[in-house]
Amino acid sequence: MLPKAKLWLGLIISAAIVWSTNLQAAWELNMPQGVTQISRDTYDLHMQILWWCVAIGVVVFGVMLVSIILHRKSRGAVSATFHESTKVEIIWTLIPFVILILMAIPATRVLTEAYDSSESDLDIMVVGYQWRWEYKYLREDEGEEEVSFFSALSTPREEINNALPKGENYLLEVDNPLVIPVNKKVRFLITSNDVIHSWWVPAFAVKKDAIPGFINEIWTNVEEPGIYRGQCTELCGLEHGFMPIVVHAVGQEEYDAWYADRQESARTTRAMADNVVTAEESMIAGEQVYLRNCSACHQPTGAGMPPVFPAIAGSAIATGPLRANIDLLLNGVTGTAMPAFSNQLNPIELAAVITYVRNAWGNNTGDLIQPAEVNQILQEGQ
Amino acid sequence: MSAAHDDHHHGPAKGLSRWLFTTNHKDIGTLYLWFSFSMFLLGGTFAMIIRAELFQPGLQFVEPNFFNQMTTMHGLIMVFGAVMPAFVGLANWMIPLMIGAPDMALPRMNNWSFWILPFAFAMLTSTLFMASGAPNFGWTFYAPLSTTHAPSSVTFFIFAVHMMGASSIMGAINIIATILNMRAPGMTLMKMPLFVWTWLITAYLLIAVMPVLAGVVTMMLFDIHFGTSFFNAAGGGDPVLFQHLFWFFGHPEVYIMILPAFGIVSAIIPTFARKRLFGYSSMVYATASIAFLSFIVWAHHMFTVGMPLAGELFFMYATMLIAVPTGVKVFNWVSTMFRGSMTFETPMLFAIAFVVLFTMGGFTGLMLAITPADFQYHDTYFVVAHFHYVLVPGAVFSIMAAAYYWLPKWTGNMYDEKLGKLHFWLSFIGVNILFFPQHFLGLAGMPRRIPDYALQFTDFNMISSIGGFLFGASQLILLFVVIKCIKGGKKATAEVWEGAQGLEWTVASPAPYHTFTTPPDPKLIHVQ
Repeated sequence: MLPKAKLWLGLIISAAIVWSTNLQAAWELNMPQGVTQISRDTYDLHMQILWWCVAIGVVVFGVMLVSIILHRKSRGAVSATFHESTKVEIIWTLIPFVILILMAIPATRVLTEAYDSSESDLDIMVVGYQWRWEYKYLREDEGEEEVSFFSALSTPREEINNALPKGENYLLEVDNPLVIPVNKKVRFLITSNDVIHSWWVPAFAVKKDAIPGFINEIWTNVEEPGIYRGQCTELCGLEHGFMPIVVHAVGQEEYDAWYADRQESARTTRAMADNVVTAEESMIAGEQVYLRNCSACHQPTGAGMPPVFPAIAGSAIATGPLRANIDLLLNGVTGTAMPAFSNQLNPIELAAVITYVRNAWGNNTGDLIQPAEVNQILQEGQ
Repeated sequence: MSAAHDDHHHGPAKGLSRWLFTTNHKDIGTLYLWFSFSMFLLGGTFAMIIRAELFQPGLQFVEPNFFNQMTTMHGLIMVFGAVMPAFVGLANWMIPLMIGAPDMALPRMNNWSFWILPFAFAMLTSTLFMASGAPNFGWTFYAPLSTTHAPSSVTFFIFAVHMMGASSIMGAINIIATILNMRAPGMTLMKMPLFVWTWLITAYLLIAVMPVLAGVVTMMLFDIHFGTSFFNAAGGGDPVLFQHLFWFFGHPEVYIMILPAFGIVSAIIPTFARKRLFGYSSMVYATASIAFLSFIVWAHHMFTVGMPLAGELFFMYATMLIAVPTGVKVFNWVSTMFRGSMTFETPMLFAIAFVVLFTMGGFTGLMLAITPADFQYHDTYFVVAHFHYVLVPGAVFSIMAAAYYWLPKWTGNMYDEKLGKLHFWLSFIGVNILFFPQHFLGLAGMPRRIPDYALQFTDFNMISSIGGFLFGASQLILLFVVIKCIKGGKKATAEVWEGAQGLEWTVASPAPYHTFTTPPDPKLIHVQ
């Protein structure tokens, strides 16, 4: 090696050592052990196969290193003439085979366990949308008030665009976290409304694709209360990096209280759909709805990203007939990225956002849409 | 006949027409290699943009949509534009020389299969300048993101993939026809250099799976334009079918990108160890086994789609089995080095780095095969680290090793050894700083294909980016070394390397425009 290269190599290695000793505590190097039996079993499998690989690596690279050091021409090494040995070939075919069987046995056991989603205590439907998650708690009887809500990134855009300092849970925080009870077998039924997503919480070792047209099953049984964070792990378009998952695992009592509270607020929202809203209220609420649901594509300025994501500011639809605008929002546009929002937003939100886009950015139509009108159209549609 | 034939024994035509109309395997090999190198730099530029954006959390340089275009185009260009054409170029140059044939069996088709490529890639890269932007759905283009939700440029992408596929199939047919029909007398199958063997098997893989890729993109085309619903659940289709078809192509495809590398390394290590390759026949059988297994493991890319337990178990066991023949290969290379008389010129350095770093990629591959563990690794940076270890210090290092190894034969001049070694060490250090920390990122929970990330991933991303810039910049040294070597340098002998075996070292350096117009002396053909 060149003396200069040696110097550089030395510098890099010593820098690496200083770094690693100073910062190792802060750096996450390994898979989390997690808080479920399956996640710990998975971690054990991971470590077991890792150590097998390290052991094989040490032997193979060891022999190689010895050869590189000793059997070099510059040391006067003369090459041997052997070039085959059936016995050796059989041995090094069989040994890896045995190691593989030793690995396959525990892996099969853990996998079988992970696939057994029977006899769950609680079932939650998880639906992937571009780019948020919907959680629906499956009821025991139809008469109960249904708890279902969307869970979307709550990190402000300003943090992403570096206008504000980033918070501790940057990109891993949501407006409405999923809440589950600890020490209960919770089954997730996972599907998607548009493209393929994947629902992953590392601490549970739960990862399952959300695929339109399919309902996948997976389960967990969390042993420690806490807040657990994950992310969508299947490329799902523009905002794939911005659809985190946050799960609050809480005690049964806290869970029950939370659930009752959610049912109560669902009742309230339904009741409010008959209220009459003012233009000012609508514009404020509509902007919030718009920023949460529409601005990733159509931009906060309404300018869009033509031609893929058309502008709303000054568009023929947002300044044209009201009914066409409402229909487009409710039903989406087939063959484009524009989804149907009729099942994603409630009538209050739908009415507010229509009012907003028809009056913001110079779209001064003066229209004010009431939740009841939207409700009427939704009823007609059914 | 022989008189008429002799009339054609002139040198190459002058000017551009030499390259446009050439049917000479060496010219076409050169074209493939330059094309591949230019695509390597283009795909590398996209990678630099990705690493620049990921240097820090937050969005600094590009929008998420453009970021997705970059990851997609980087993957497509590296796989189809850089790695595959490089191996085809090496096959064109070296297979006729290695088996004592005057040229490829189908020279005109050879010209065509190359010249399709620049048009295919011009079309693909032109999508970057289209109003809708380039494809942004990842190089694996999973439906329905790539169909009902795709930018309109997807149609150009589909046509480009069709053209690349046609080119690959023609190239593969040509290689099979050449190897099976044009071997010099005495060059029996079991005397062929391993590079020829691995390419023969690779060519069969190409013919088997490229039509599947063509089929799957055609189904996409119909879903997008003609109202079918192959992959659209709303129309009764099945998005998972897409993945089965894609990976039935995709898994053999990854072996298409590594088997010829095995052949190259099996040529270089014996040369610089001055010792016969250990276990030649077991190398051949291992290559064939890997090729066979590659057809029955595709769904290990899809462990999280919700296959039944029996399916998961089958694909886990089959995938683990690949470790056995791959292990045999690694053990054979190490045994070849053991008790050899080694020197460490640049090709050998790259070959040794290949064995070590490819094996590390193999280890993580074995880890990924363990289905429950894969649930944690799947679609994270752990996977990114895994396949980049196999492809960059694996496939790409083998191509660089091959370039240094055969450059003197191609140009007649020795390359600059000092610069070659500098290129090696910078690449070796760069590639490890680039990809090793990505294992940690993946294990700690960073998904792949995201333009921005949570704060705990910052440090390793920074290190990875620094490694990326180092690795990227180092490749300009290779360009410089190659140009310098073409322009001049110490004259190379016919044998070039002291320990080199094989017919390619019996012809002059540079290899004359026409070689083996009469078959070589059978006495020159040895067991490898």
